[in-house]
Amino acid sequence: MAYEGKGVWCIAESRGGKVSPVLFELLTAGRKLAAARGETVTAVVIGHGLQDAAGEIAGRGADQVLVVEDASLKEFVDDVYAAVLAKLAEARKPRTLLLPATVYGRSLAPRLSVLLRAGLAADAVGLELDAEQRLLVTRSAYAGNVVATVLLRSVDGPEIATVRPLAFERSAAGGAGTVAAAAPDAGALAGKTAFVSFGADRADEIDLGAAEKIVSGGRGLGKPEGFELVRKLAKTLGAAVGASRAAVDSGWIPYKHQVGLTGRSVRPKLYVACGISGQIQHMAGMNASGTIVAINSDAECPMMKVATYAVQGDLYKLLPAIVAEIEKARG
Amino acid sequence: MNIVVCVKRTPASTSVALDPQTGAVKTAGLPHGINPFDEYAVEEALRLKERIPGTKVAVLSVGPAENDEVIRAALALGCDTGVLLSDPAFAGSDVYALSLILAKGIQKVAETRGGVGLVLFGRQSNDGESGHTTAAVGARLGWPSVISVRKIPEAADAAVTVERLREDGTDVLQLTLPAVLSVLKEINEPRLPSLRGKMAAKKMPVETWGAAALGLSADVVGKAGSRMDVVKMAPVPSRGAGVVITGETPEDKAQALVAKLKEAKFI
Amino acid sequence: MDYGLTELQREMVALSRELAVKKIKPVREKYDESEEFPWDIVEELRKADLFGVYLPEEYGGMGGGLFELGLISEQLSRTCGGIALCLMTSSLCSMPILVFGSPEQRQRFLPDIASGKKLGAFCITEPGSGSDASSLKATAVADGDHFILNGVKNFCSSGKASETYVVFFSTNPKRGARGITAFIVEKGTPGFTFGKKEKKMGIRANSTHELVFSDCRVPKANILFKEGMGLLVAQNTFDFARPGVGAQAIGIAQGALDETLAYTRVRKQFDVPVASFQAIGHMLAECATQIEAARALFFTTVRAMDAELLPAVKKAIAENITVYEAMKALNCRRWSKESAMVKVFSSDVAMKVTTDCVQMCGGIGYMRDFPVEKYMRDAKITQIYEGTNQLQREEIARMLVKEAASSEREAAGS
Repeated sequence: MAYEGKGVWCIAESRGGKVSPVLFELLTAGRKLAAARGETVTAVVIGHGLQDAAGEIAGRGADQVLVVEDASLKEFVDDVYAAVLAKLAEARKPRTLLLPATVYGRSLAPRLSVLLRAGLAADAVGLELDAEQRLLVTRSAYAGNVVATVLLRSVDGPEIATVRPLAFERSAAGGAGTVAAAAPDAGALAGKTAFVSFGADRADEIDLGAAEKIVSGGRGLGKPEGFELVRKLAKTLGAAVGASRAAVDSGWIPYKHQVGLTGRSVRPKLYVACGISGQIQHMAGMNASGTIVAINSDAECPMMKVATYAVQGDLYKLLPAIVAEIEKARG
Repeated sequence: MNIVVCVKRTPASTSVALDPQTGAVKTAGLPHGINPFDEYAVEEALRLKERIPGTKVAVLSVGPAENDEVIRAALALGCDTGVLLSDPAFAGSDVYALSLILAKGIQKVAETRGGVGLVLFGRQSNDGESGHTTAAVGARLGWPSVISVRKIPEAADAAVTVERLREDGTDVLQLTLPAVLSVLKEINEPRLPSLRGKMAAKKMPVETWGAAALGLSADVVGKAGSRMDVVKMAPVPSRGAGVVITGETPEDKAQALVAKLKEAKFI
Repeated sequence: MDYGLTELQREMVALSRELAVKKIKPVREKYDESEEFPWDIVEELRKADLFGVYLPEEYGGMGGGLFELGLISEQLSRTCGGIALCLMTSSLCSMPILVFGSPEQRQRFLPDIASGKKLGAFCITEPGSGSDASSLKATAVADGDHFILNGVKNFCSSGKASETYVVFFSTNPKRGARGITAFIVEKGTPGFTFGKKEKKMGIRANSTHELVFSDCRVPKANILFKEGMGLLVAQNTFDFARPGVGAQAIGIAQGALDETLAYTRVRKQFDVPVASFQAIGHMLAECATQIEAARALFFTTVRAMDAELLPAVKKAIAENITVYEAMKALNCRRWSKESAMVKVFSSDVAMKVTTDCVQMCGGIGYMRDFPVEKYMRDAKITQIYEGTNQLQREEIARMLVKEAASSEREAAGS
């Protein structure tokens, strides 16, 4: 039976009543699709204590904010969230669902795809419509060596894509969407996953995936102490701290900072690579960055070749000099 | 408990070329092997086998006959049995169709081996990179799933406790088994095979189940059962040549760089 | 090149290569700098079943011979000659036990070496006795059913790390070379201690130690073969071990060439990769050709040696006699000349190739944070140990003259 879906749903990720700003990137992407089809954009927030957040979203590009609240939805639990969202989508029949390509989105989207008989594309960096207004998704594959365009063609279900953070601009304030509550389906609330606890990362650290600026360190630092210089530059720039696999494997910095194929994929506006030669696996995780600055003693290494700005020299002299210069420039 | 670990056969190198005519990735003739992310799943399955007495590990792969080599690579490491899900009709499956094939295979493993407690995947494949298969299989089976698992602090026959790495910290979750997990490379350091293990694995039987054995009709698998088509593959446009910052001293270079960053409004 | 390896041999090559690349490569620089013994890698080699590739299955080995030992030695040395030596020295201990040991000694010592549970070593050298082995001074004096060992041995590879040692003493100094006896001595025997640890130019991951014997009592049952027959044991051990040094040298040369090829293909000068200059290209070609020639000589020689050795091992186990007796019964020949040729040729190739590789890499090749100079340092020992190349050439020349004389005699007699 043909599925008659309408509208774009942007599924918010939230924790403790705070919505992740990736939602505003989804709203930008969703707005373009909805406009082309003459449809509306709905932000769906699911959790607990989200009324304040819903108000902000309504004023930032969503035509409608659907708030799905229940005390039992306080924390993200895969099977329950997926079941609740699927019930809601079955009842209201959106045509397109967009989720962030984060752990949250990658956990939920595939479950929704199965439950809703939906076509699914991963990690979109571009969203277009074909002549029949079906969703065309651009994404990278093969360690960033290939750009693939895929078409979602579900006839009996909606289309779903996870969208890479920072691939789209965040929606600006403006517009006055409506806020509506949607009660979760009672039967969907029983799952087989129990949330036990959450341990937050250090509050003063900026998350790599959402960072607009990243300063990363690699093997060229030579020793763990080198990361003190990297952190200092990151702090001065207001950037997150990243690392290459070599630095992580050497035990200089924890795994969660690893950028690359086996770590995090990032696309900040500014990426500063300190002592990173640019192995293909690392490049795969950051080559979509806006501006790349490479600082390395080896002028011939791959990172220096792709960099927007390449600075050759001793890291232990250059990094403090750059920090001093930025502080001087700021006065 | 019985554990199923799912492995994919992928090109060993990701620097692949595109066929200028078809636009498809040319993978024929490239050296292939077990998807490197799946090595962590195999290792974690073997560690769970060492932790929980009576545990058996079945290794499962979907694909052509060549996938036999990645199944045997896992058997050489200490997995107990191997199953290849193979049928010409499976070719071209997207995650939607693939998850159905895998789920049917896992169900059949459960039927033939007295139940399945855990299914383990690697974080993603090194070619497709979607990281979507794990949760889709969980939904197909109606089992709970958690991706991005960095540690399994507690594991028993009825439940497991897992640590999930999120972008902002770590969730601790408890799952009632059976369940489906994908693990990060942080979770362990994979072992190497032994020579005896490698030689023994050559002689171990690997079952092959096709669409009929899994009760799958041709319209729900392969391209027919998929909801996504790859319409174009293109090489990534290379970045233009950049600017080399010059200067006599580190201070001169720093000054020149910061001027550029200021121009671009990063400062 | 495809040398027609069996499936098991191909797996040995693949596994030792994988282990070298995944486990040894990340730590080789660390161990070269620290000169610590790489116990974590020894554990990996144990788990991979690589210690026993050349030992009979009856003793827990994989049933191969010198050829299999060479195959894995080459692959491990291709990444680090020093760490490879930690496995290879066990063969210096187990080969004389296999060939000259009684069935009881084989059963007692070989399984732990085949499994890698115990490392083995071999030492004949003394401060005053190197190439001239028959001049050794350490003594063993009979005392009831024991011998009392006294003296100092030096330059023992894998010394202190090993549990089982084959060591040579004079039981009858008046008889000179015919008074030398081989003993199996285990670590922990009272009176057996370790002296100075050497600081070396290369192969620094392996520990080179002095062995000190001071009134060390060992039972007569620990005599290897027969009293006074030690020099025969030593010479035969070297015949079997020298191709192993050749394999190590080939691996070192190949590893240096691998790194150099990778570098010269990406290093650009005058806007082109330096590998595209004829001066570099011809050097690369010469290196590759020399390595392949050394490998071909190694493979051919060692396969011929195994073709005689392995049936003798089988016969010895079946008939409960020493392998040496079985070799005599089967009319096996000595391989002194050919095994010396493998060692001389391969080690000279390794020295030449690694020196040229440093040259091709230029300034970076000379730096310690680039791997090529280490290959050059590691290569040097292969021209020196288990008999200097000068001594090998003496031996080859002596054998040539002897063979020529005997064929003349035969011609005259016929």
